[in-house]
Amino acid sequence: MSGGRIAQRFETLRADGRGGFVAYLTGGDPDIAVGASLVEALDRGGADIVELGVPFSDPLADGPTIQRGMERALASGTTLASVIALVREVRDRVATPIVLFSYANPILAYGRDRFVADAAAAGVDGLLVLDLPPEAMGDLHPSLLDAGIDPIFLISPTSSAARIEQAARLGRGFLYGISRLGVTGMRTSIATSAGELASRVRGITDMPLVLGFGVSTPEHVAEFHRHADAAVVGSALVDLVGRHAGDSQLPQRLESMVRWLRGEGPAPEGGDP
Amino acid sequence: MTSREPAAMAPPSFRFGRRDPAPGGWFGEFGGRFVPETLIAPLEELEARYFELRSDPAFLSEFDRLLGSFVGRPTPLWEATRFAEACGGARVFLKREDLAHTGAHKINNALGQALLARRMGKRRIVAETGAGQHGVATATVCALLGLECRVYMGALDMERQALNVFRMRLLGAEVVGVEGGGRTLKDAINEAMRDWVGRIDDTAYLLGSALGPHPYPLMVREFQSVIGHEARAQIHTAIGRDPDAVVACVGGGSNAIGLFDPFIENPKVQLIGVEAGGTAIEPGRHAARFAGGTPGVLQGTRTLLLQDEHGNILSTDSVSAGLDYAAVGPEHAMLAASGRTTYAHASDAEALAAFQDLSRLEGLVPALETAHGIAHARVVARRLGPDGVVLVNLSGRGDKDVQSVASRFPELGTRDEGDAP
Repeated sequence: MSGGRIAQRFETLRADGRGGFVAYLTGGDPDIAVGASLVEALDRGGADIVELGVPFSDPLADGPTIQRGMERALASGTTLASVIALVREVRDRVATPIVLFSYANPILAYGRDRFVADAAAAGVDGLLVLDLPPEAMGDLHPSLLDAGIDPIFLISPTSSAARIEQAARLGRGFLYGISRLGVTGMRTSIATSAGELASRVRGITDMPLVLGFGVSTPEHVAEFHRHADAAVVGSALVDLVGRHAGDSQLPQRLESMVRWLRGEGPAPEGGDP
Repeated sequence: MTSREPAAMAPPSFRFGRRDPAPGGWFGEFGGRFVPETLIAPLEELEARYFELRSDPAFLSEFDRLLGSFVGRPTPLWEATRFAEACGGARVFLKREDLAHTGAHKINNALGQALLARRMGKRRIVAETGAGQHGVATATVCALLGLECRVYMGALDMERQALNVFRMRLLGAEVVGVEGGGRTLKDAINEAMRDWVGRIDDTAYLLGSALGPHPYPLMVREFQSVIGHEARAQIHTAIGRDPDAVVACVGGGSNAIGLFDPFIENPKVQLIGVEAGGTAIEPGRHAARFAGGTPGVLQGTRTLLLQDEHGNILSTDSVSAGLDYAAVGPEHAMLAASGRTTYAHASDAEALAAFQDLSRLEGLVPALETAHGIAHARVVARRLGPDGVVLVNLSGRGDKDVQSVASRFPELGTRDEGDAP
């Protein structure tokens, strides 16, 4: 029963009174061969949820850092099938919930029903499709629910109350709040709109809320924990992967980075981030 | 000059609100709105304001006044007799969008969307451009209306359309080169959307073709349909009936859908789009979506795409930057699926030959994009025979291409022995 893993994780976090840490990597970045070691590193570093991006040629919601990560992943031959295979490979060794992040087209090319079946069998816990807002999900939505995969939706500072309510009603697991307008990427300071968005969401639903976009330091993470159940770090991790691609110490570096971002370890050597 | 009289410009009631897509922007199984959540609210606002303004007489009369006095509409219809004679078949009429201000049809849509943006209180415009014609048109209307303008352009396209880069900067626009992907139109659209998603409060995205999420494909077609409605009135004046075939090049498809619009309801009129055949109909060597495309979702819309088995978008290749794009407008995909339109392709070599022929036979240097339509019009004219009539969109002039053609194909500037005196 994979569908409940995300909900259980947030129940645990709330029971412990602890803010969660969501770690994003693009699957197959820099190479699918080391993918399992990187997911395990995120897990050892204390990630509460792992998000795996499906590389796509035209990631229009992503900033330059994740674009480069997707280019590295595609150049090494990564496909949606290999990202699903990666989840299958690590599933027995990693208890952390795994959410796939994708654009619509790789899933459509794979075939919706085949994707849902294969992802569920591999142990995927949730799916967020960046360019499929709830009204564009079509039959994918009931298929995911039937298969026990949580459909996860974005909410943004531009989302109306009705859309937040819709995302909470149709989504499972958690709501993914975009803390500010724009594409993914690191920022030196994070938007004040995070707190506003969080309080709007709290007025509508008590579904777990994670906040992302622009988080790259332990201070950012701690700040987001004041507003939300968890903070997402993506570009800062992908940036590390890009700078140390091919380095045999990459998993250890990633693990240290996650510990540091969670406020449980020293700043990584070499001045990261 | 009867063709210049205002009567040839069809009133807005003929052009707007005629064939709306289904709610959500669906043209049959194509179209829709596949965008990140942040863009939903601005697109809903854009749709609502557009639907309101397209039936607002003040807005439409301002649009038509500027189409007349600023753009120079109506553009004439020209019978290309020497070209037709060389084709050896039907009569050929050219709709002279090359005479619209800035040298291509793109200004019709740029003006419409910029007026809409101003009504929405936006002060900053972002746009993408391929051949540079939409970028120049956007920079022009931004200068006219006092709007800040930033244009994204693939780095490869900046090289092959250097003249238009200079024109945009001269007009006060900021031109930003895009190094990602194939460094062409698709990559420029990605970057323009990324810009917009970060600044939706003060910025409007002025999309240049009948592409992207709803309401863009509808809005662009309706702003461009002035081409077809003028041409239909003009060809009725000339021959007293609809033409047998209507031909236009198709990149995203805005000049084609604008010309096709009034003829769609007459099933006797063949509607033919012409895509870029590049160097060969093999993956990565062309941009003929109807020859090698499959349905998928790209840049906000479901349409035919050139993609690999994993759903990644293939690189495209064409001598013309404006047709060098992996997706086609969703309404074209629907019209093709229903059999109402057909699509052919012209190779780089065929387009270059047409570029030269129209220059020498008619004194008209077409844009390389347009030259693809001209190249296939020759085939259509021959097929129809002497009783037939072909209407072709001369969608843009080729001044922008002269420099790159001269450097890549210097032999086109020399006379060979076969030339007529």
